[in-house]
Amino acid sequence: MQFVTLLASLSLLSVVLYRMGRGRAIRSVGGNAATLHSLPSYYGYYVALWCGVPAVMLIAVWLAGEPFLLKSLVLDGLPSEAGGLPAARLSLLVNEVRQLAASGDYRFASGDVARAAAEHYRELRSISFAAMSVAALALAIACGVHALRRVSPSLRARNRVEGAVQVFLITSSTIAIFTTIGIVLSLVFESLRFFRLVPITDFIFGLDWSPQMAMRQEQVGASGAFGAVPLFAGTLLISVIAMAVAVPVGLLSAIYMAEYADRRFRAVAKPLLEVLAGIPTVVYGFFAVVTVAPFLRQLGETAGLTIASESALATGIVMGVMIIPFISSLSDDVICAVPESLRHGSYGLGATRSETIKQVVIPAALPGIVGGVLLAVSRAIGETMIVVMAAGLSAHLTANPFASVTTVTVQIVSLLVGDQEFDSPKTLSAFALGLVLFVVTLGLNVVALSVVRKYREKYD
Amino acid sequence: MTEMVEQMRISAVAEKVEARLRKRYGVERRFRLYGVAAIAVALTFLAVLLFSVLSQGVSAFRQNEVRLAISFDPAVIDPDGRRDHAILANADYAALIRQALLAHFPDADDRTGRRELSRLMSQGAELELRKLVLSDPSVIGTRRELWLPVTAAVDQLAKGHISRAAEQGGQFSERELARFDVLVAQGLLQPRFNKWLFTQGDSRQPEMAGLLGAIVGSFYALVVTLALSFPLGVATAVYLEEFAGTNRWTDLVEVNINNLAAVPSIVFGLLGLEIFLNLFGLPRSAPFVGGLCLTLVSLPTIIIAARVSLKAVPPWIREAAVGLGASRLQVVSHHVLPLAMPGILTGTIIGMARAVGESAPLLMIGMVAFIVDVPATPMDPATALPVQIYLWAASPERAFIERTSAAILVLLCFLAAMNAAAIYLRKRFERRW
Repeated sequence: MQFVTLLASLSLLSVVLYRMGRGRAIRSVGGNAATLHSLPSYYGYYVALWCGVPAVMLIAVWLAGEPFLLKSLVLDGLPSEAGGLPAARLSLLVNEVRQLAASGDYRFASGDVARAAAEHYRELRSISFAAMSVAALALAIACGVHALRRVSPSLRARNRVEGAVQVFLITSSTIAIFTTIGIVLSLVFESLRFFRLVPITDFIFGLDWSPQMAMRQEQVGASGAFGAVPLFAGTLLISVIAMAVAVPVGLLSAIYMAEYADRRFRAVAKPLLEVLAGIPTVVYGFFAVVTVAPFLRQLGETAGLTIASESALATGIVMGVMIIPFISSLSDDVICAVPESLRHGSYGLGATRSETIKQVVIPAALPGIVGGVLLAVSRAIGETMIVVMAAGLSAHLTANPFASVTTVTVQIVSLLVGDQEFDSPKTLSAFALGLVLFVVTLGLNVVALSVVRKYREKYD
Repeated sequence: MTEMVEQMRISAVAEKVEARLRKRYGVERRFRLYGVAAIAVALTFLAVLLFSVLSQGVSAFRQNEVRLAISFDPAVIDPDGRRDHAILANADYAALIRQALLAHFPDADDRTGRRELSRLMSQGAELELRKLVLSDPSVIGTRRELWLPVTAAVDQLAKGHISRAAEQGGQFSERELARFDVLVAQGLLQPRFNKWLFTQGDSRQPEMAGLLGAIVGSFYALVVTLALSFPLGVATAVYLEEFAGTNRWTDLVEVNINNLAAVPSIVFGLLGLEIFLNLFGLPRSAPFVGGLCLTLVSLPTIIIAARVSLKAVPPWIREAAVGLGASRLQVVSHHVLPLAMPGILTGTIIGMARAVGESAPLLMIGMVAFIVDVPATPMDPATALPVQIYLWAASPERAFIERTSAAILVLLCFLAAMNAAAIYLRKRFERRW
């Protein structure tokens, strides 16, 4: 709330300075705005930017640096016996102190040390906030007044303002790059810590996955069962089932929509298919658990098969349904992009419509379709909520679709929901799995794009 | 003679051609049928999904309540007569309910009977009475007819979701069932609109569990997402489309945007956990952090949509503006951007709809805790609507299945409203050049 007040007062200040800057510019030429270098409002923007931007930047830097400063101050303030704690315990303590200070509720403090530190932390934080507010407002006023004094008819206000906007545009466009860097750094950093505890070969080639084993403190990483092959196999199995549902259904509906359906049918069926894409995955997960899995189990019982209630089949089918619109809309676009002249040529040679589609249109559209399928595979691999709700938790190395398997994303969620200890391989392994997931989906994406680029037929 | 042979040969060929043609037409028909079947399969799944959610969820919007004549006995609520807030807040409201029930069932005035009666009414009934007394102490000493909620088990029994018979896993004694039947027969136990679903936070008692906390949490996260991703997304799109040429740098930016669009959303959760929580020490479970993660999820969608609609603005608009002396920024901000705005807004709404339904990254940053209080600020711990669905779906009680479906219906309604807004915007303001 305080923070909102601070931002509100800063924006109010900027608005006031905008008015002042504009007024000063007009007054400086005696009301004859045409003799100014720029339109009067640009002088206003110029002053307002000088007022707001440095202050906001100060706040951003302050907030980014605050946690580190506070942490070291709180650590310094700890009683001497806490100084001898190992680094891992210390970071746990710091986390607890942060949580306590954030909630303001000390009932669940683990001890007096934590409680005292949390109070200290809170106190320091309120001091820091007060100092930041004063500094930001002072900076805003100082810079604003400075800019106001520079307003003169010859000031190239428009160019300055446009330069600032240009800088903002360029900075925004780097967000995507910084996000990628952030992902890579955070995943690689924690994964390296994990691979220091568990050899990378054990992780990639190991056949046994039971991260709960490492919970006991004294055997951390000693005999860790972090072989991720069952997870990869489970992910693959579910993805294959999903693709077996999604590719034929999606592709055939796309073909029908693009080649056979009349306008009215298309206008109704296409949006309905798109609805499937708009349904949140958590809903699909619920559907899989409550409707599809029991149905399949009953079906299995009547057929004399034992189908686990968390079977890969149920999960895969529901995931396939989720992916249908993805494949159908991508393929639809690609099929529609095949030029009419090819079809006419084929009809002219006496081919029927289906022969034309199978022997002319699909081959021409194949690179795009393959690209779309690869993107769909990467989506299936990365899908989380359906598998978290409908797939199993324990890792089995099996190719039986009726059995319960677990996936990479299920394990990431189950490892990171709840207590996290950033010094145990259990928590860190989630980041290693995340890294694998990121690399695989990125690879599929790159391959898909290059397939589309390389083999695309050019007709123009 | 030769003519006849010739004729026969021709007819044999014609027959062959005919047969082949029939076969080819058969293939044609079947192929067409496959297409129809594929669409039918997809739409059947959609219909089954919606039907199963709807049929399970609709009943949760009504909750059974009992009409009781509660006499607000001053001796129970406020023996000293001081109307002290703390005393009123901690008074034994269960006793008032028990008195009212005993008036109906005098035979239940023994230990088992009292226990059975206490299993009839929800704890929410006591909270309701407390709220009433605290807001208006003048009710003390009066007698009021009130509708009060029953427990989830009784509610499910009344809705016919659980069986009556004890041997089939029913949890009620004969006497309880008899009393229940009396209440129903007298019209004192009726389903009424379930206001708790929209006014309460989460609860362990299904009948008291509501969505308000999750809806508010989702709202805060969405506000943060919108406030960040709209300006950033539009700025990026404007830069790439209107200012930057094609060079290595813009290629890099573009490749990154396309890749981020394909990154699984859970990876953004890992990023949020590592950077926002561990590095910057932001609070766990806060909708603000959830909003930051969802910004990253929805940003590529918005950028791509904004670029498409900027591209759709014809170049002669820009040329005309430049010809009249506008600067590049003026061209964009006065002409191109307003013309592209409907498309950008449509894309933004669709991106927001994706963000509302997204839950995987929120699991990573701890928005899955059991939180009763409705968050007051974006920094308070909260869940979001889809995460609440996930949490309730994991609860074993029968009553939570119904509520999960109801929560899904609420979520789908929000999404439908957002998408309808996007479609309306597109239809209303779309311009073809």
